[in-house]
Parts: sequence; C-alpha cells; structure tokens
Amino acid sequence: MNILVCIKQVPDMEASFIPNAAGTWFDEAGLAWRMNDYDEFAVEEAVRLRERLGGNAEVTVLSIGPDRVVETIRKAIAMGCDRGVHVRDAGAELRDPWQIAGMIAGYARGKGFDLIFTGMQSTDRGSAQVGVLAAELLGIACTTTIVGFSLENTTATVERELEGGARGIVRLTLPALLTCQLGLNTPRYPTLPNIMRSKRAAIEVLSSEDTGLTAPLTSGAGFARHERSASCTVLEGEVNGLADEVLEVLGRKTAVLRRGGAG
Amino acid sequence: MNALLVAECREGRLTGSVCEQFGFAGELGAEVSVVLVGNQDDLPKFDGRLYLADSRGYGEYNPDVHKRLVLQAVEAEKPDFVVFMHSPYGWDLAPRVAAALRTAQVSEVIAIDGDAFVTGCCNGKMRRTVRSLTGRTVLTLQPGAFPSLQPAGEPGIRPIEADRSSPLEFAGYEPPVVGIDLTRSEVIVCAGRGVGSREHVELVRALADALGGEVGASRPVVDAGWLEHGRQIGTTGQTVSPALYVACGVSGAIQHVAGMKGSGFVLAVNTDRDAPIAEVADLLVVADLEQFLPALTSRLRS
Repeated sequence: MNILVCIKQVPDMEASFIPNAAGTWFDEAGLAWRMNDYDEFAVEEAVRLRERLGGNAEVTVLSIGPDRVVETIRKAIAMGCDRGVHVRDAGAELRDPWQIAGMIAGYARGKGFDLIFTGMQSTDRGSAQVGVLAAELLGIACTTTIVGFSLENTTATVERELEGGARGIVRLTLPALLTCQLGLNTPRYPTLPNIMRSKRAAIEVLSSEDTGLTAPLTSGAGFARHERSASCTVLEGEVNGLADEVLEVLGRKTAVLRRGGAG
Repeated sequence: MNALLVAECREGRLTGSVCEQFGFAGELGAEVSVVLVGNQDDLPKFDGRLYLADSRGYGEYNPDVHKRLVLQAVEAEKPDFVVFMHSPYGWDLAPRVAAALRTAQVSEVIAIDGDAFVTGCCNGKMRRTVRSLTGRTVLTLQPGAFPSLQPAGEPGIRPIEADRSSPLEFAGYEPPVVGIDLTRSEVIVCAGRGVGSREHVELVRALADALGGEVGASRPVVDAGWLEHGRQIGTTGQTVSPALYVACGVSGAIQHVAGMKGSGFVLAVNTDRDAPIAEVADLLVVADLEQFLPALTSRLRS
C-alpha cells in the first residue's frame, strides 16, 4: 500500500495579521508557523493505516513552500510518516488552489499511490479546493470532509460529515483521495525517539518546475481585517469593574435578568 | 451576464439554500437558470430554465454523476458564473466542475466587490478579495452571507441525463447524534477553544446556571471531548437564536457564527480583541475567562 499525505504549513491563527506591501496577503514577519490543523488528522490517519498494514505499506508526506516548511515535514515524519518530499517554491503563499493541486498531481502522477490523504481545507486560505482538484487531475475517486475511515482490500468506507451533524456513508474503490475533517481521530504527539529520527531523515527536494507549475486561474486583489460590528462595544479593564458594567448593559439591553435565573 | 445556480436536494427535498443563491444572483444583476438533481414534486419557483435530473433515477449525491449532469447544463447554458453553496454538497462538487471546465473557482464568497469577490480567510479573522482570471467562474457562497430571495414563476424544465458509472458509491445516511435541544433556549453560554481546559468548562456551566440558561459548545471543544457533541452550535451542530448568547473563548469561525448569528444579544468574552466573534457581538469583553466568568457569576447569584 502506497500512501501519500499532503500537508501545508500555516501561521498560528492567534496571530495578528498585517497586510503585505502589495496588500494581497499577510506579511510573514514575526509569525509562528505550524502544521495546518486539518492536515494533522490526515497525517494521523495515514500513519494509523500504515501501522495496521504492517511492513507492506509506506507513507510519503509532501509539502509545498519555502524552506521553512521542512520543519513541518519533519513533524509529520516524527508522527510516523516514512519519507518526506519538499517541493521548494518560494512563491507558494501566493499560488492559487489550481496551481497547488497541479503540483501535487504533477508529483503523484505515475507513482502508484493507492491512497492520498489531505486536510479538508487550510486554516489560512480555506478554499477547500486543493484536494478535490488534485484528485480530478489524477482521475481518481475522491470524497471530502471525512470523519470516519476503514479499508478492506481495495475498498475504502468513509463517513462524510454533512449539515447538522448527519453523516453520509460512502464507499470508494482505490486509488482514492480523501480530505480529512477535524475530529477524524486524535493526532498523536511525537515521541522523543521519533523526533530524533525525524531530524536525521533525508528529505527529497524538488522544484516547482519539476512538478509542473502552471499559470494561476485567480489572483489575490485585497486582504484586510474584518470590520467589527458597528454596534459592538469593546470593554477592557479590571474584571470586577467589567462584571458590573456587563450586568448594567444586560439589564438595559436584554430581558433575561428580569425574567429569571438565579439573579 | 448569466448565472447557473446549482440547487441541492436531499432525500427528495429541495434545500432552502437555493433562495440565498437567488439573492446572490440578484445582487450580481445576473439572469438565472438552475440545475437540480432532485424531485419534480419539489422544485424551486422562478421564471427561467431548470435543468432537471430525477433523483429517483440518480439516487443521492454521487460526485462523478452530478458533475456530468451539471456540466450538461453548463454546456447548454454557457453561463458566466456557476454558483454553488459552500455546503458539504457544494465544496465537494464545485472543484470537480471547475477542474473539468478549467475555470477559476472562488470559495466561500461573502460579498461582491466590483468585478471581484470577497471571501473569509485566516479562520474567518481576515477577508480577502479574489479576482477570476478566466471567462467563466465557479463560486461557492458562504451560507447566510446573502439575503434569501424567493422569486415567483414556473420554471421551464429541460431534462438532463448522464452516465451513472463511478468508482464511488453512496451507502446511506447516519442520523446526527441526538443531543439536548438548544433551539428553544432563551440563554445560551457557549464554551469555545479559548476556555483552555475541561476544568474551565465548569466556569461556563456555572455562569449558564446563574443565568438560567444552557451550555453550548463550539466544535474544538466537542472534538477535545470537553463537552458532548449534542451541545455543538454551528453548521455541523445546532442553529440557535436565544435572547442572550454568551460566547466564552469562542474565536468566531464562520462555521460557528452561522449557527448563532440569529441571537438577540451577543456578549463575547475573549482575550483577543481582534477575534472575529466581534463581528457579530454587541459587547466584547477583553478579559481572562478564569477571572471574569466567576466575577460575573457571583454578581448574578447575589
């Protein structure tokens, strides 16, 4: 069983984002980087499958981006992936989903991957397109937003998350690409020996040209903070004073304090 | 300018979201046609062409088959825009249609900005303007971003058919985990990721008790096992509209906001004054939950 996991390195979402000089994306200065939340579930699912299958399976982890993404590839190796591939692309943060999917497909084509796991989306761009586009370019079966996965021979049975917490059961004949939703599993913390192993692991480096970078289909034209609701009042200060102020506002603006509760 | 709206049907019922697609097309000033794999006894009302495949023959959602059917309608209609909702159906199907057409896709559109589209990004914290570089564009719309519009009229039906082969098979639905019904609660105090630990959920519970309300949860809190799934609020949980909604350590991801923005008064408590929850909050208290929640709870009790 030949398994590929595609991961993205993203900034910590708690950060304050400042537009770059062109005003099309965020400035990277001072940001802390980590693995996209959704991709952690993809890595975990791939590694669990490899562990169930024993010696007859291999997990390759691929990431596209500048040299900083190597750190995230090493984290995936520390979680249990066998080998890492870095598509070195200094301009990756401005690529559109079509270009990223094209590079993934360009790498994977002809390598006989039976299963490809990706996150359902990234926390920074959030297009939810890349996995599906890559599957379409490769001409393989695909389903999105999985919260359950099992495999028997060449048939994967997955649960897709739908609205309101309902689930759809889908069976796919391999090869297939699956995009992973939060909560699919519990991603592990790497152990110290595995962290040490990941630091020594050789990582294959390719260029964006090696994987067939194409022209974009969209362009970024603006990046800005959401406007706070015009009616949103912001209170800061010492907690006891804040609690008094909040009670005063709730008493004035809502009926809930008059109506009941223990108040 | 014309837009082909991809409507959704599940188990023979048209979903109401098609009205938001009509609302979007209205803002865009586009003529509309609709494509639907659905039930001919439950069709959208509008004046235009409806490309219809009967779901009794095509079954529930299969991406390969639905892609072929949508492409038939695109071929006939030659629309400038192919418009989906950003739903489990839309985000699964739209990129397949975009890939087949080699066209741009802009996901999770929240607004129109001239000839470009605005989308949320960075977990809903920021917004990004995206321009299509292809003549035709596939869009997915964020639920709730555009007003619902119910046009009048009877559509002219154009039957469509497609090959039903696929390496993928739909095998049935699992109903949602039944939880406590929060939809009738007057007061909901919701725990978000920012509560930080299972122990701190008790501070949220104490405030809910003092207000005579119920405890809700955002997705990360449920995924961490701090509260049960049946209390989850948002697109994959319940949609609520209490008189008072207290968001404790809830960042305000789009998927969460979609489930609570109908609330009467929204009080947000967060250490991050830039948290996107402020977009829907009436009052944002920038404070540490561990200190602020007990202070508020004790005043309510006294």
